Amino acid sequence: MVYVKVLGPGCRNCQKLEQVAKDAVAKLGVEASVEKVTDYADIMQYNILATPGLVVNEQLVAAGRVPSEVEVMAWLQKAQTAV
Amino acid sequence: MTVKHISTPSPNRSPWQLPALVLGLAIIWIVVWGQLQNLADWLSYSVIGLSPDTRLGESVNFFLYDVPKILMLLAGMIFVVTIVRSFFSPEQARAVLGGRREGIGNVLAAGLGVITPFCSCSAVPLFIGFVESGVPLGVTFSFLIATPVVNEVALAMLFGLFGWQIAGLYLITGLVIAILGGMLIGRLRPERYVEDFVWQVQVGRQTGVVYKPTWDERIRDAGRSTREIVGKVWPFVVIGIAIGAGIHGYVPEDFLAEVMGQNTWWAVPAAVLLGIPLYSNAAGVIPVVYALMEKGAALGTVLAFMMSVVALSLPEMLILKRVIKTRLIAIFIGIVALAIIVTGYLFNAIIG
Repeated sequence: MVYVKVLGPGCRNCQKLEQVAKDAVAKLGVEASVEKVTDYADIMQYNILATPGLVVNEQLVAAGRVPSEVEVMAWLQKAQTAV
Repeated sequence: MTVKHISTPSPNRSPWQLPALVLGLAIIWIVVWGQLQNLADWLSYSVIGLSPDTRLGESVNFFLYDVPKILMLLAGMIFVVTIVRSFFSPEQARAVLGGRREGIGNVLAAGLGVITPFCSCSAVPLFIGFVESGVPLGVTFSFLIATPVVNEVALAMLFGLFGWQIAGLYLITGLVIAILGGMLIGRLRPERYVEDFVWQVQVGRQTGVVYKPTWDERIRDAGRSTREIVGKVWPFVVIGIAIGAGIHGYVPEDFLAEVMGQNTWWAVPAAVLLGIPLYSNAAGVIPVVYALMEKGAALGTVLAFMMSVVALSLPEMLILKRVIKTRLIAIFIGIVALAIIVTGYLFNAIIG
């Protein structure tokens, strides 16, 4: 099981990233949960300076940009094999 | 722990394909750019068959010349700016600004605010992250003022319509306002007005991710943001230039010298007030302002209006309200508005 978190208060890029993450999960067919984190106090746990942020298994992998689906898929695969 | 960035694979392509494409487009851009006036003349006087001596002919020619000119300039400028910005990040800015004294810190913050890729929707995490890592509040504000004040769309349009001198003046004035505004806010013991939760937030100890894009990715990102921004603003540009063209052809010379000239004392504050709610339409506003200036509006008034359009944005104020109290928002708006008004008077007095 891979836990994915999208950090962002709901701006346009945050929604875009959530969609990219969901698409990546669906394409890979991994067992994963995609959760949105909108509270600033929670977001700051990951020490980011710009939203949106992407967290895979509690590890921050991207901040301040919308990564491509290919990138997200690579992170998911890595997280899956690490378990 | 830092996470290594995984490049997006681009199969079956030589590494020179994208740079070569960019070079080709740049050459086409330069060739077309040099022919814009001829093209506009040919279209309005030969194809449409208007006479250059009529008002309609003059207006149509103005429109056909300025629309492609401004759109090309916008596209080129945004592409270059995005490439340059891909070498900077908010994390770097924080590392540079942490523990800086006021003064030099404000100067650095204003400069970094201009060049760092940053969207005002990220103002809250940036604010908390800066404050928690020991960047002084005044310095943080210099960064937050500089980011919207020096707007690349406005800069490109000023450059295209008014020339590099005015564009440069706008850039330097914006930096000075950000530096002095941040220093002034720093003196007012602004800590009192920061929401309590900001001080209580426990910033995690994870080190940020380092995104080191390849050249291919920089080019692709720049291409994408160019398409996005130009796609969003072009209708405003076209409408703005159409209004500007109408003014250019039909409003008599010096018509506005009475109302918006340098001798009208209330013109500058009125322009600033008018500009605040017009946020995000800089692209449409600037061509109109350009045409107004031709008809006798004073440069300082025009600059003040433009800065107020881009710098004082209500959406950003609402976002910032999450972390600072209304009192400080009011101080922030007050100081920036005052600085812009002073700038307006100053330029009206110097260049008259």
